Amino acid sequence: MTTIDVQAGRLSQEQLSENFSDSHPPLNSGNAIVEANRCYFCYDAPCIDACPTAIDIPNFIRKISTGNLKGSAKDILSQNIMGGMCARVCPTEILCQGACVREAQEHQPVRIGELQRYATDWFFESGETFFERGEPTGKRIAVVGGGPAGLSCAHQLAVSGHEVVVFEAREKLSGLNEYGIAAYKTVNDFAQREVDFILQIGGIETRTNQKLGQEVILDDLRKEYDAVFLSVGLGDVNSLGLEGEEPKGVYDAVETISELRQSESLKELSVGRRIVVIGGGNTAIDIAVQSKKLGAEDVTLTYRRGPEQMSATWKEQEFAQTNGVRVKHWVAPKCLRSENGHVTGIEFECTELNPEGKLRGTGELRYMEADVVFKAIGQLLEDSVFSGSEMPAIEGGKITVNLEFETSLPGVWAGGDCVDSGEDLTVQSVEDGKQAALSIHRRLK
Amino acid sequence: MADLSCNVAGITAPNPFWVASAPPADKLYNVERAFRAGWGGVVWKTLGIDPPIVNVSSRYGAVHYNGQRMMGFNNVELITDRPLEDNLKDIKQVKKDWPDRAVVVSLMVPCTEKDWQFIINKIEDTGCDGVELNFGCPHGMSERGMGSAVGQVPEYIEMVTRWVKECTDLPCLVKLTPNVADICHAANAAKAGGGDGVALINTVNSIVSVDLDLMAPEPTIDGKGSHGGYCGPAVKPIALHMVTEIAKAPETKNLPISAIGGISNWRDAAEFIAMGAAGVQVCTAVMHYGFKIVDDMIDGLNNWMDEKGYATLEDFRGIAVPNVTEWQFLNLKYDIKARIDESTCIHCGLCHISCEDAAHQAIRIIKANGDRRFEVIDEECVGCNLCMFACPVPDCITMERVDSGTEYQNWTTHPNNPMRVEEN
Repeated sequence: MTTIDVQAGRLSQEQLSENFSDSHPPLNSGNAIVEANRCYFCYDAPCIDACPTAIDIPNFIRKISTGNLKGSAKDILSQNIMGGMCARVCPTEILCQGACVREAQEHQPVRIGELQRYATDWFFESGETFFERGEPTGKRIAVVGGGPAGLSCAHQLAVSGHEVVVFEAREKLSGLNEYGIAAYKTVNDFAQREVDFILQIGGIETRTNQKLGQEVILDDLRKEYDAVFLSVGLGDVNSLGLEGEEPKGVYDAVETISELRQSESLKELSVGRRIVVIGGGNTAIDIAVQSKKLGAEDVTLTYRRGPEQMSATWKEQEFAQTNGVRVKHWVAPKCLRSENGHVTGIEFECTELNPEGKLRGTGELRYMEADVVFKAIGQLLEDSVFSGSEMPAIEGGKITVNLEFETSLPGVWAGGDCVDSGEDLTVQSVEDGKQAALSIHRRLK
Repeated sequence: MADLSCNVAGITAPNPFWVASAPPADKLYNVERAFRAGWGGVVWKTLGIDPPIVNVSSRYGAVHYNGQRMMGFNNVELITDRPLEDNLKDIKQVKKDWPDRAVVVSLMVPCTEKDWQFIINKIEDTGCDGVELNFGCPHGMSERGMGSAVGQVPEYIEMVTRWVKECTDLPCLVKLTPNVADICHAANAAKAGGGDGVALINTVNSIVSVDLDLMAPEPTIDGKGSHGGYCGPAVKPIALHMVTEIAKAPETKNLPISAIGGISNWRDAAEFIAMGAAGVQVCTAVMHYGFKIVDDMIDGLNNWMDEKGYATLEDFRGIAVPNVTEWQFLNLKYDIKARIDESTCIHCGLCHISCEDAAHQAIRIIKANGDRRFEVIDEECVGCNLCMFACPVPDCITMERVDSGTEYQNWTTHPNNPMRVEEN
């Protein structure tokens, strides 16, 4: 009989505090000046093109170098109202920094993300304000979902003078910034400070614990408001598709990450001794690293293809590995083993690409013992959000939108992870929300 | 938002940032781009008498310092190489399209009254806001009796300025060469000739480097080189001093100044304005990075003025000038000592060795347990600042005032001064 080893308090409070402190501490003023002066101030810079929100990166960096931090922060936030969070969570290695000409020149891009954090941190400390609500238009807009896309849209609508009501299913605003991002990427309750800053503009009413399809109905909103913006994210998770019931000890990574973020005391969170994570995205990385930081002994991240196909960037994979996570490629889960209704291990089949480039099993089997298994194999749009309402067109599991972020339903826009606008990233959601707000404004004028 | 509008010798502009007379301001195409980017004015690339001059290929030299490019920059280029009529047509068009911006025309012709009258008559029709007399360029044109050949002789400055003022009512800025012993003579002459203001500095005579394979100065033109005009961030301290001299001399203290010399950002501009300049001109930074840098210049100056509570440029223009005094009036009782912050010290030893080998042997090494730390010997420290500048860690070494703050004695009354005057 296998002993299941799942328990809380594997590490001391001091160790936990250290593990969950800022994983990338901010630049100090001396470093920031040196780093800012590494920027060449490129003309029509490739980093701007690589930023989904098109922040004028060379300009904000030049302003850091001349000591004009206020101007720097304004350049950032006027393009991306969540420039503070994006500075912390953007996979800059595949965005701005990946495009930096110094990457091509010497594989040492300007640390754009850290400079962005330097300028926006200064701004949050300064108590300055930049944005003013536009002349009231008398139009009311419902924003459904208070995550990055919804808040970005609400803010831009307020700038244009519209009245906004944000409906949020959960208790707090900020979506995955609050519930999804690994704790050590955003310390000191930054997500909520950012929410406060965004709402400061006025004209935005927020109603939490209002879930679409339950407390609020889309058809009603369409009647009551001049426009509706859907930014409901992806509320469901993919299933493993294995035969039989899932035993105890198998969890959705997103749910556990959310519990971890909201936990008052990390010491009281239970964590398994041997953990297997299934998936190749940032959620898989986050749950694997957080498990390790909570004191798990062996954490293995398994993915059915190779490192290049993982949606987690090379830097995220490296981060997991340096934090003691073992990454195992080319294995697909086959069946969960359990004793007395609790998972004890998981059997994998090795995989490879056939000559046509399609994934296939090789027939070879691998077995890994596990006290806990995390599923991190992607999220899905929740069908129930459209209960009792006419549904917008949906394609590939996401709400269909045109270039103006309009859905098939008149008067309904959508953006963020629930539409297919690019990568599922905070920065992309912010851009979606901003563009949708500009589109709504054009339409309502 | 502060009001950045400026008035330089009667020439007004929405902001004090003007593109200096140089390649970035030599034709309609780039002047329009400058104005679209937000520049408050331009001084057009110097016009001369046709036929136009010809230039060489390989025109610029540069000093790169520790990875920062173009800290210093020089050129052997001459005045505009375009026909006079082409320039006049462009200037007229620009002024028509951008009436609120300052369009000043730089001029350099042979030293005869007839030639100056001719060129003034030509440009009056363009609608330009003023003229700038180029008495500055130290290369090429000076050998032909123009540029700094005029600027180095106060009598010539006064004479030509008078010729110009006698045939036009346009505001006239006199652009001065720094290649003189005392800039005040030149500024006095500009004033005596009726000049409405001065613009300075033009470039400093220079050879930036020697190609050790070709054994020729750079830029090298077919194996030979020539001295050129030096500019860029490296010359800012020289320019700042000369502007200050003019701003504080009793004869010229009210003479409007358009400051030039290594100005690259809003901070540099604020320093020149605090030293009395009414506006600034920029060239090298534009040649390096393009016109877009003016965005930070305007925005940064604005934010800084808001923070300081200055509503207009006049609120802080010249307010640093009274604090520039002669050495003999500096307080000899003022006493500062170096202070090393142990918590940020990285133990590189540069403070010790700079003091040990080059100053006052006032920083000792304390070795203990295989580690070392550095300690200031107060009795030896004269407060020279050298260690603070050599230290690579910002704010690790600071200087602390240790005198009472109430005593004052300067050289004029010091016992060691054989020429001392009695204190009363």
